[in-house]
Amino acid sequence: MNSLALARSRMARSRPARPRRLPLPGTAHGAAFGRIVRNEARLARRQPFPIIGSIALPVVLMIIFGEIPSSSQVISTLGGLTLFDVYLPIIMVLGLTMLTLLGLPGPLVSYREIGVLRRLSTTPVPPSWLLAAQVVVQLGAALAGLLIVNVMSVTAFGAAVPKSVTGLALSCLLAIAGLFALGLLIAAAAPTSGSVNAIGRLALVPLMFFAGLWLPRALMPAILQDISDYSPLGAAVEAIQYSMQTGFPPARPLLVLAAYAVIFGFAARRFFRWE
Amino acid sequence: MSLPAVEITHLRKTYGPLTAVDDVSLSVAEGEIFGILGPNGAGKTTTVECAIGLRNADSGTVRLLGLDPRTERDEVREIVGVQLQTGTQPAKLRVGEILEEYQSFYREPADVGELLDVLGLTAKRGDYYRTLSGGQRQRLSVALALVGRPKIAVLDEMTTGLDPQARRDTWELIEGIRDRGVTIVLVTHFMEEAERLCDRVALIDNGRVVALDTPAALAERARGGKTMRFRPSAPFDDRLLTGLPEVTGLEHAGQHVVVTGPGELVSAVILALHAAGVTARDVQLDSSNLEDAFVKLTGSQLHTEGAAA
Repeated sequence: MNSLALARSRMARSRPARPRRLPLPGTAHGAAFGRIVRNEARLARRQPFPIIGSIALPVVLMIIFGEIPSSSQVISTLGGLTLFDVYLPIIMVLGLTMLTLLGLPGPLVSYREIGVLRRLSTTPVPPSWLLAAQVVVQLGAALAGLLIVNVMSVTAFGAAVPKSVTGLALSCLLAIAGLFALGLLIAAAAPTSGSVNAIGRLALVPLMFFAGLWLPRALMPAILQDISDYSPLGAAVEAIQYSMQTGFPPARPLLVLAAYAVIFGFAARRFFRWE
Repeated sequence: MSLPAVEITHLRKTYGPLTAVDDVSLSVAEGEIFGILGPNGAGKTTTVECAIGLRNADSGTVRLLGLDPRTERDEVREIVGVQLQTGTQPAKLRVGEILEEYQSFYREPADVGELLDVLGLTAKRGDYYRTLSGGQRQRLSVALALVGRPKIAVLDEMTTGLDPQARRDTWELIEGIRDRGVTIVLVTHFMEEAERLCDRVALIDNGRVVALDTPAALAERARGGKTMRFRPSAPFDDRLLTGLPEVTGLEHAGQHVVVTGPGELVSAVILALHAAGVTARDVQLDSSNLEDAFVKLTGSQLHTEGAAA
């Protein structure tokens, strides 16, 4: 019996007996969460744009980079890496960013718009479960996308096996945590589904700029590089690239990602409206 | 003997300067179909939302079968099924998928197939929500309110937007549910619906209960008798009619005369006019709807104010 149940049973004893006591929601609701996840997965499959895009775009970009002969030449200004090596982490975070900006907040805001969250709060299941279910579905898509890109890069394009697989996994998970917290914050702040798209378009450019999409981090002037180090995608690219090329990443990019997860997470929690 | 299914005492809820619910008290017995009537903006929905714990009242208490919806949320949500006035479901979920999801939320749920059958949605089970008609969506919404086998079902504007046949079907359904022992709280602005279904009705206006009684008693009181409107064939002295015991009021509206009064108003008026050689033309009898009833009830400061207490 957990402490809540204990407190309840104490309360019950101190009060006059009721004609009937209902059992408390507890483990039986595990099945409910499964049901919600299943329906969210169905919806994601039936409206596949954000998820398909987040997997397909990185794959297409990787194929393009893989087919350009010059991208496999080592470039000294890029720290002795090939263009392919430099862009692989950027491509990976691009997929995550699509899920963050569209995949995660899109359905959540529309559920608030059409009153599903409100409807859920009249049932024994709290509406936050729908958020959690959506995170589970998007997390599945994120992991699938990362796995596909990584496996393809090694098997089809001759990229080296990551130096630190543990570091890569940790970097990816922290990147997902920081970005998904941002996605939840967007879901909290965006008043309508239309504004999710607007916010997404607006946020995409600076986020991806500091990831190095248009100018790799190694080529950025010092000031931009500093900003990049502390931007969500800059930190993610740094941690992922280090894990691939060198070994277990240094603390700073990991801490930056963890800090974003905490800050965005708290802000999302603070500002989320259920109706 | 037993606890009231719903007990609301001096409920008050304001939104900034706006008082949505001023002072509402009412008590619903177990197994009753209880109607909450009133014009738009009267505070019906806010009352209900506070009652089910969707909103926190500023003051007053609510008990649902003895449970406080604020502090005993989990238990209350298990026994109360709700149909909200607004809100839809995701367009690309199928009817069966939505119902099965909601079914999994409850401890002792109803059978989905049976529920779909009762609500006439069996053929739609495999269809996307977005393909449903307004009436079908409404029925699904009622199904979602009932899938947890609630002890209390709160239905807000359940037949608004339905065609007359669908409305009658829904009424039969509600009666069937009550026969299974479910207490039903019905928010509506259809007098006919309340008359047909409800054991008792609370009339709410400006956030207060202005009357609480059986529909028959309420309607009789609200009408204050009947209203008759006609065009006289020739001018006549008003005293010809105002002197009748059946007539309590007389007004001129252009060429028309409007008389009100209880009992056998029509025959008394026509006989009196006939005796004076006047014919009543274009006779219309007031078909009393809620709006009329309401104007009378609120306008005449009914003695039953706070009757629920």
